[in-house]
Amino acid sequence: MIFAVLIPLLIACFIPYLSKIKHKIHTGYFVFIIPLVIFIYFVRFIGNDFTPVRQTVNWIPSLGINFDFYLDGLSLLFVLLISGIGALVVLYSIFYLSNQERLGHFYVYLLMFMTAMLGVVLSDNIFVLYTFWELTSISSFLLIGYWHFKERSRYGALKSMMITIFGGLSMFGGFILLSVITGTTSIQQMIAQSDMILTSDYLPLILILILLGAFTKSAQFPFHIWLPDAMEAPTPVSAYLHSATMVKAGLFLVARFSPVFSGYELFFIIVSLIGIITLCWGSYMAVRQTDLKAILAFSTVSQLGMIMAMLGFGTEAAVFAAVFHILNHATFKGSLFMVAGIIDHETGTRDIRKLGGLLTFMPMTATLALFGTFSMAGVPLPFLNGFYSKELFFDATLGLDAATILSQAIPYLAVFGSIFTFVYSMYFFFGVFTGPKQFNLLPKKPHEAPMGMLISPIVLVLGVVVIGLFPNLANAPFLLHAAQAVNSGVEFHEVSFWHGFKPPLIMSLIVVGLGTVLVMTRKKWASVYTVLPGRLSFNKAYDKLIEKIDSYSAGVTNYYMNGSLKTYMTLILGTTLIVTFIFMLLTNGFALSTDNSADFSVLEISVVIIMIIAAIATIFMNHNVAAILVLGVVGFGVAILFVTYRAPDIALTQLVIETISVALFLLCFYHLPKLKKSTDSAKTKIANATIAIGFGALMTAIGISAHSSNWFDSISEYFIETSYTLGGGDNIVNVILVDMRGLDTLFEIAVLGIAALAIIGLIKYKKNKGAE
Amino acid sequence: MEIIISILSGVLFAAAIYNILQKQLLRIVIGTTLLSHGAHLFIFTMGKLKTGQPPVLTDGISDYTDPLPQALILTSIVISFGVTSLLLVLAYRTTQENNTDNMEQLRGSENE
Repeated sequence: MIFAVLIPLLIACFIPYLSKIKHKIHTGYFVFIIPLVIFIYFVRFIGNDFTPVRQTVNWIPSLGINFDFYLDGLSLLFVLLISGIGALVVLYSIFYLSNQERLGHFYVYLLMFMTAMLGVVLSDNIFVLYTFWELTSISSFLLIGYWHFKERSRYGALKSMMITIFGGLSMFGGFILLSVITGTTSIQQMIAQSDMILTSDYLPLILILILLGAFTKSAQFPFHIWLPDAMEAPTPVSAYLHSATMVKAGLFLVARFSPVFSGYELFFIIVSLIGIITLCWGSYMAVRQTDLKAILAFSTVSQLGMIMAMLGFGTEAAVFAAVFHILNHATFKGSLFMVAGIIDHETGTRDIRKLGGLLTFMPMTATLALFGTFSMAGVPLPFLNGFYSKELFFDATLGLDAATILSQAIPYLAVFGSIFTFVYSMYFFFGVFTGPKQFNLLPKKPHEAPMGMLISPIVLVLGVVVIGLFPNLANAPFLLHAAQAVNSGVEFHEVSFWHGFKPPLIMSLIVVGLGTVLVMTRKKWASVYTVLPGRLSFNKAYDKLIEKIDSYSAGVTNYYMNGSLKTYMTLILGTTLIVTFIFMLLTNGFALSTDNSADFSVLEISVVIIMIIAAIATIFMNHNVAAILVLGVVGFGVAILFVTYRAPDIALTQLVIETISVALFLLCFYHLPKLKKSTDSAKTKIANATIAIGFGALMTAIGISAHSSNWFDSISEYFIETSYTLGGGDNIVNVILVDMRGLDTLFEIAVLGIAALAIIGLIKYKKNKGAE
Repeated sequence: MEIIISILSGVLFAAAIYNILQKQLLRIVIGTTLLSHGAHLFIFTMGKLKTGQPPVLTDGISDYTDPLPQALILTSIVISFGVTSLLLVLAYRTTQENNTDNMEQLRGSENE
């Protein structure tokens, strides 16, 4: 299983080499094999007696992060969608993308996505799941921005990235809370401990954080705005990521966590409400679009909303309908995207206002579109799978506990959304294939697509028809397992075309009836869009927000990153000063005690006084040599103190270094400009002095406090005792340096070496420049 | 005596930071040198002063000064020497290239 997930990524490493011969063999042919193999590998799991499979490969066991793959019915459904649709999309892309394009990039991104998506649906470990989840966002970003020279592509890519990563991070927060509460990183174990989660105080927060991740990914209202802009991606990508797989990751997540949250009131309210709003808003907005892919994008938004709502209902009937519709939506929407791509490819435009009357020119494409759109609309015909899942959806809306207003309103909203679904489906089909021919508006003369391009949509439409004719074919061995993974109470039900003259059928008939009327009179009521949404635009809100964040963060950054070293120093020192001071105060760190102090002699006191004077004098010295000399006084003073306090080694070192330093300073100062009297204003001087004195005082206070309190035992005894036995030397300081902390000393030498090299470089640089 | 040395190191820190906050490159180099002196003394007092003999093992003596701060300071002295010399040369080169040793004039352009 782990190989199945990682194979696309491994093969992606070879794609750059294979794409070198793209003029001879289209790179897509190599790629096509991969999802096909994965599909065949997983398809054998289908069967009535399917049981979940688990495989674990350790990654970071100490943190509980492992490649813990768990294949249950739900995962299997998604895996087959990812690999099956993936294979068809790759096949389609071979004819869609010419070998002039950067095929290597395209297929590397696509394979990366495939691995990521398989990882999302197979991971049982929440952190691994999160990793793959963000990887899908990144590959989606790269694929939307594939034609990076187009401004709209870049905009769409960034938008999808911003929104989905925002959601991803929220989800991550929710995951961390979950793992803290349950003490496990495995989703299955969390489900087993759902009592612990349901009684936690953080439950609402966890729910909202995780749902934010799911809603942004699955383009739920009001986060749906990224999906229409993502249509700038090449059509195979739209068909794959933005209708069949990636946008369903959010559904997957909700379905996966359903066993944990089901029965929790807030879960039902949020998920159903957002889902049903998304369904209505998406279908309502789809009718307004003029770009074929935009219609499909909003249609995807609304269909996702419908599935989300069903997952929110959580009843047995709803869950089964949701799973069934995930499969059906992938078939008809995938084929419709491919049809839109064909139309774009063969006519040069996707603007529905320019298209029309293509039926006679593209009969094959038109037939495919006919099946796709009618299935999407839920037209009651026995060979369209869309009808069955829509019927089940209506059934599910009626089966809700009718205690709340929301439960009572849902059936009406469902009908409302479905009417508009019907309208945009018809609008799509009749707008493109019938009506007046206006070929003078088209960039290309329309003709039927090549056979290769038609294969993939044909396969998908065959899926539509086969599921439509035999709705129970995949039911028991496949869909039932998926539904049971979400709600273990789901039992086998025969799905049938005719089940009596019952409310769902009436709802369907209302949809078709009212829908037809609305299609006929579309021109007359189109002005409704000036009222709603009118000037209300989530895109504008997003743009404003991004713009504000941009300018605000630039403002803040420029405020302190002003290029002045002095400002940086002031900020760093000031912050250190305040934070340390407050910390010391809060922890009662200050202490003053004269016990155990060493006694002092006249010599030491005089040295200290001289050093203090010299140190202060450095500030006021305005002559180079004088400044060096007072600096030297401080340095030699330190050496004398070392001598009196029995530190012969450092005293010697200090003397040597100080001598060299003074010599070095003299050498350099000769070449450097004279020290000038400070020209700063009194105010600046006072500010500087305050920071300086404050910092000095703080260091003094820390020093005295450290001396006066005795919190830890000294570790020096160890060195004194073992110096001879371990290091074989009498001079303890030397033993520490070369033996016990030998590596430190080695790095110290390295630092000196680097400094020396840098100095040589700096001096040589001048010479070279002089030679020019 | 530890308290006195602590005050001394505090004064060294204060003088160092005042120098670092100046505009002239030279002052900054002087400041860093003072800063390392202050830091050395600061570490030195941490190990208590004058509590025994120099840390060289001698027969019959069991009471030694704390060797650990000394080892740390020894490393630090050498490193700060490296830093000081690098800074000096850097200051020298900067002044040569830009004809100024004023930090305010060395700020670079707005769009960096």
